Amino acid sequence: MNIPQLIPVGDPSAETFTINLGPQHPATHGVLRVKLEMDGEFIVNAQPVPGYIHRMHEKMGENRTYAQYLPNTSRIDYLSAMTYTHAFVGAVEKAAKIEVPLRAEYIRVITSELNRISSHLVGWGAWIMDLGGFTPILYAFDDREKILDLLEAITGSRLTYCYYRFGGVCDDVDQTFIDGCKAFVPYMRERMKMYKKLVTGNIIFRKRVEGIGPISAEMCRKYGACGPVLRGSGVNYDVRKAEPYSIYNQFDFDIPVYQECDSLARYLVRMDEIEQSLRIIEQACAKIPEGPFQGKVPRILKLPVGDTCFATECGRGRLLVRITSDGKEEAYRIRLRTPCFTNLSLFEEASQGMMLADAISLMASLDLVIPDIDR
Amino acid sequence: MIESIFKFFTTEPYWTLTRSILYLVGICIFVAANAAYLVWVERKGAGRFQRRPGPTESGPWGLLQPPADGIKLLAKQLMAPPGSDKILFWAAPLMVIAPPLVCLAAIPFGNNVLARDLNIGLLMVFSFGSINVMALMLGGWASRNKYAIISAARVVSQNVAYEIPMLLVVITIIMVTGTMNLQEIIVQQAGGFWNWNILRGIWDFSGGGWGHIGGNLLAPVTFLIFYICMLAETNRAPFDMAEAESELVAGAFTEYGGMGFGVFFMAEYANIVVGCALATILFLGGWQSGLGSGFGTLLTSWGVIGTVIGVGFFFAKMYFLIFSVVWIRWTFPRTQFYGLLNLSWKILIPISLFTLLLTSVLLKLPRLF
Amino acid sequence: MNLVTETFSGFLSLITGLRITIKQFFSPTITTHYPHQTLPIAKKFRGHIELKWNEETGKPNCTACNICAKACPSDCIVLDGIKPAGEKGKTVTSYKLDYTLCSLCSLCVEACPFDAIQHSNRYNLASVPNQWANMDLVQRYKDQVTRVGKTPYDPYAPAPAAAPAAEPAAPAPAPTAQP
Repeated sequence: MNIPQLIPVGDPSAETFTINLGPQHPATHGVLRVKLEMDGEFIVNAQPVPGYIHRMHEKMGENRTYAQYLPNTSRIDYLSAMTYTHAFVGAVEKAAKIEVPLRAEYIRVITSELNRISSHLVGWGAWIMDLGGFTPILYAFDDREKILDLLEAITGSRLTYCYYRFGGVCDDVDQTFIDGCKAFVPYMRERMKMYKKLVTGNIIFRKRVEGIGPISAEMCRKYGACGPVLRGSGVNYDVRKAEPYSIYNQFDFDIPVYQECDSLARYLVRMDEIEQSLRIIEQACAKIPEGPFQGKVPRILKLPVGDTCFATECGRGRLLVRITSDGKEEAYRIRLRTPCFTNLSLFEEASQGMMLADAISLMASLDLVIPDIDR
Repeated sequence: MIESIFKFFTTEPYWTLTRSILYLVGICIFVAANAAYLVWVERKGAGRFQRRPGPTESGPWGLLQPPADGIKLLAKQLMAPPGSDKILFWAAPLMVIAPPLVCLAAIPFGNNVLARDLNIGLLMVFSFGSINVMALMLGGWASRNKYAIISAARVVSQNVAYEIPMLLVVITIIMVTGTMNLQEIIVQQAGGFWNWNILRGIWDFSGGGWGHIGGNLLAPVTFLIFYICMLAETNRAPFDMAEAESELVAGAFTEYGGMGFGVFFMAEYANIVVGCALATILFLGGWQSGLGSGFGTLLTSWGVIGTVIGVGFFFAKMYFLIFSVVWIRWTFPRTQFYGLLNLSWKILIPISLFTLLLTSVLLKLPRLF
Repeated sequence: MNLVTETFSGFLSLITGLRITIKQFFSPTITTHYPHQTLPIAKKFRGHIELKWNEETGKPNCTACNICAKACPSDCIVLDGIKPAGEKGKTVTSYKLDYTLCSLCSLCVEACPFDAIQHSNRYNLASVPNQWANMDLVQRYKDQVTRVGKTPYDPYAPAPAAAPAAEPAAPAPAPTAQP
């Protein structure tokens, strides 16, 4: 219906009170704390306070070898573990000039895209749950279960896969996996139709996202927002197209972009991305070549002195890994530029003058994973 | 001697008193059983809607889950947050559970199955029904919790907004039926289901033709408005502004633990029972079968058996409505607060005012000619 | 007018939603009722590590070379071995795994040059940490071998050539504590 008029922000005569949204709050999905200064139900100022789950992932990279850092990469954004490992592995391969066999690249693309779908499904379900609808998340988990079963069969683990290795992947995939992926694609497309009827078309849902939480392209640029948030603001930027890594330039897929800048746009971007990921999986499964799955890697891996950057598009946006090496077995510095941190940083500006429930909707539309913010 | 005592209590005027007491005890049991087992129904229903079995471990089909939950809640320590207004804090759960108990006293579950045959039963139900708001507000206020206070403020504006269309709808019903006696309203809906108030205005099969009894042509819409308002008044999804667990943690109940919370929980279901029972009485013909007048006379003439069958019809309709409430909860997301108010003030109130006008015109028209 | 069409289409969308959920309501449930039913565990499932042994001799493949302990990012492996009397190579005598630290990354399994460790299929480990988290994999190996009806290899047993089975005197450098 109508979005309420913004109240004058920073009006000294306004009588405000402070509310702590988190660190333990059902809507923050983790230990994020947001200090809300409220005037009634309107937010005057929202100040995110990250750091409650800071685990020193960057620092840990400095005192362990490159291979030993691999398990850490799955645990930063646990929902898109594959893509995170991909970014780190890619950076090391770029620096050490390790060749990756074609089959391994295909496996990486398939698993990464499956992982992206499962990540979006959780984000989607959790979003509706934040809006008060409980059922969709369980349907989403049903589908995600199918993905996890597929990934478990090849990686042996369901969440923190640690599947990629320098120069390839840890273990080869079999025909059962490829067939499973091929069968998953039409199944998921059917489910997407159901989701569109159940949620996307739902008037209550639309009222809660349409025109809520406007984030302009300018604001995205200012804060470095990325991923579906950026694409929902009308900027066509996806690392897979803009700076293609792996073999993404060999596939035919589109980058969904919406100009509306509201929560609905971000929602639609994610829903369309699932379908595009299905397209990629379909193509990759059709032409995955035979061959080795592991390239030649030196037994003791030392990177040449210097900086290497490698970016991937994970479920929540652009993840950049920068490795500074001083020629030893351990990195001198590992820097992770994670999407959730930048996406969260615009929350303060975007949520000003909003009602509390809308701010929750906005926060859900950013699809935050808290360990990814704090690292 | 026992006989004389029995006689003493069963003859007028004491019979009225005995009957009332018996009914009140019965209603308390009814409410407790409903509150407990509607939780079970809700959990089972939620499970099935989400493709999972729901509670299964305690008892067959999880049927012992409600008593288990009750024991757990009773065993918990009752704590009021420091600095809260203790009296109001504990008064709120009592105030929230009492009105539905009183309301049920006036509700006829079958032919003459009611505690008090009040002339103004409808009025009584609505006046006691509104106490609920105050209880939630007090609970939220006395909790000394910011989330609870926000929730309390929401509850008040929500309930004020939804009382209006609800009462307007009820006024149309009163205009059509000409009585506030719930028993009387049901008796008027005897016969086929087309005589129920939900369809009554459209076609009168007893020979009057279009709009003869003068019901209103928009009676199904009125029912829908009543149903939506009922959802909002009982703070059920998609209008569960009071609890709104993803925004306000647990809203007005945030600081309540143990049986304090349990009572609020029970009251929610008791209110749903009252709301659905009212909807059944006002729109769906109460204990009338809706299978035509022949069957209807059977119900009234068969004595006890007919009454029992009538009660069965009543419960069938009522529990279907309750199921639909559960169904709606597990399908839709929550509305935004201003969306909720907009729905009431911009859509429901104009429509219900219009139906009110329409009804009054249709009622007067036949008399003019 | 806009409001009217919106209200109407909105109402229809709600009906659509209700239709979908009621269809799900009458579909069979999809959950596995865990303690009563279990799903088959994936063949490649990564449980905690365990020692492999040679099927013929019953000897563990592990030569206590400590490569796995070095590869481990979390320092959760501490192992020791001796050179049994009358044998050429070393054999593991104790293999302590602190499972509370393990992140199941599989790096140790990949690093092992002797194919001596593998992931087990145990998934339902739940108890007080001290009861299971500090695992002795040698003991586990012995139990497993006993269960299939064989006698586990005992590195301390006197060799057939009657060499005295003394305390492990560490004839070769046996690094135990890893940085």
